Amino acid sequence: MRWLNIIIGTAIAGVLAFFAAKEIINDPVYFLELFLGGLTRGSIYALIAVGYTMVYGIIELINFAHGEIYMIGSYTALIVASVLGLYGYNQVVIVILAFVFAIAYSCAYGFTVEKIAYLPLRNAPRLSALISAIGMSLFLQNYVMLAQTPEYLPFPELIPELAIWEPYAHIITAPEMIIIVTTVIVTALLGMLIKFTRMGKAMRASSQDKIMSALVGINVNKVVSTTFIVGSATAAIGGVLIASHVGQINFFIGFLAGIKAFVAAVLGGIGSIPGAVLGSLVLGWTESFFTGYFWSEYEDVCAFTFLVLILIFRPSGILGRKETKKV
Amino acid sequence: MEPILNVKNLTMKFGGLTALDSIDISIKQGEIAALIGPNGAGKTTFFNCITSIYEPTEGNIQITPPGQPTESLNGLKPNIVTEKGLARTFQNIRLFHGMTVLENVMIGRHCRLNSGILGAMLQPKSQQREEQKAVDDSYKILEKIGLDQYVNEMAINLPYGAQRRLEIARALATDPFLLLLDEPAAGMNPQETKELDDLIIWLRDNENVSILLIEHDMKLVMSLSDNIHVVDYGKKIAEGTADEIKNNPLVIKAYLGDDAEDA
Repeated sequence: MRWLNIIIGTAIAGVLAFFAAKEIINDPVYFLELFLGGLTRGSIYALIAVGYTMVYGIIELINFAHGEIYMIGSYTALIVASVLGLYGYNQVVIVILAFVFAIAYSCAYGFTVEKIAYLPLRNAPRLSALISAIGMSLFLQNYVMLAQTPEYLPFPELIPELAIWEPYAHIITAPEMIIIVTTVIVTALLGMLIKFTRMGKAMRASSQDKIMSALVGINVNKVVSTTFIVGSATAAIGGVLIASHVGQINFFIGFLAGIKAFVAAVLGGIGSIPGAVLGSLVLGWTESFFTGYFWSEYEDVCAFTFLVLILIFRPSGILGRKETKKV
Repeated sequence: MEPILNVKNLTMKFGGLTALDSIDISIKQGEIAALIGPNGAGKTTFFNCITSIYEPTEGNIQITPPGQPTESLNGLKPNIVTEKGLARTFQNIRLFHGMTVLENVMIGRHCRLNSGILGAMLQPKSQQREEQKAVDDSYKILEKIGLDQYVNEMAINLPYGAQRRLEIARALATDPFLLLLDEPAAGMNPQETKELDDLIIWLRDNENVSILLIEHDMKLVMSLSDNIHVVDYGKKIAEGTADEIKNNPLVIKAYLGDDAEDA
């Protein structure tokens, strides 16, 4: 089985490399466009995927309501931007306040969802918490649908195109660059939070052994809350960026974005933050190249086929730890 | 003088099974006490109740930290119990494997520091000073326990005896007045056990902590303990000095069975 895996893997990699080489020589600019498009997509997925993976790392729960937190972030930004726009505020002020409010609201929702739907089930079987998560997801979707509207709403272009960048805009637009740069900054900050701060240490400790963490004086509930808040904040940033990029939102956007980010987190190895970022980029590129060279209407099919393949050949993901249970 | 730990009538039931049955135990300041008994007697369950991992069915757990008023531990969260000054280790090693030795100890210092998540992000001067002090304190603890050579090693790469000592160092970092050690000598060779013996006495004499240990190594228990508590089937059957316990017929019966005299 192991040899079979290696042979199949090498064969696929070889075909892909040959194909890529051919295309690069044929039309390097088109290839670069697809590459950067995939990078942008992957960056967005990464902002959502880190939330999934952090929560899973600490309480081993797939937080299905995470996509909805992202959706709520973009709705908040839409409302703030529209209201401030009516009063004729400066564009920069609008962007900053939209981000601030989106992050604050998403964090509040993430925090509350954890307290209501997951904390009481902390010691219950994992399936109960999972069902609770699905319930929370459906509840938030329908709540936003009823409170807002089931229709698509236009989302203002918060990050404008730059005139000086115009000649290169067909390769990568200014907003796309901002998405990529923001993702790099956010993930770097996240990495530093985990690696160097006291809360980061407490998170790493709690993800390994909650009872022992409590016994060295760590307030595990506080650590879990912080994890939800941090994950919600990154999801909100992703929500605002992508809504501004796509130009419209509705109550259902959290579902597909959430599922895609979840796929990315599993691809990279769920529980690992570098894994989530890498998985997101791989998924972004896969989708981008597939739609660019094959059929654009099969984009989602491609993403999920990729997930199935990864799960068959590398169940613990690209950077995931091999689960070896002591018997 | 008030005992530093005073457990009254502690009962723990798991469904129909009574793991602990009205146990009374008190520990005096500066004492090394041992809790012994055959396998399955309820020793670890006792530790789990004291440290609030289990919520006891009945009973009172009171502490009187040296120089402070008496408080009840009933119903507190495990991390609060640690903050109150009780630290423990486990039978099996439960270090944070993916972290360095220093980080493992620093984690123990967390509960003695003040600044929260906001401080961690903004890193003001006071927080930096506090963090530096935590590093220094942790390093000092490692020096005392004799682990300073391993500071930046990953915990999982340490030799077995050193991992056991690191667990004690981490517990010590929380500034306890009472250290609960669950089979600290399990799996150690005679040389390591000897070092552990010295370490425990050194801790009591120099660090102002009292110690309650669960241990199966009778030589260690008899040589170390000022006071020994014996439990069997969840009931306390005896208490006394090493000599008293050795000659107690109930204890002999618990360990060897009813037919011991005939054999």
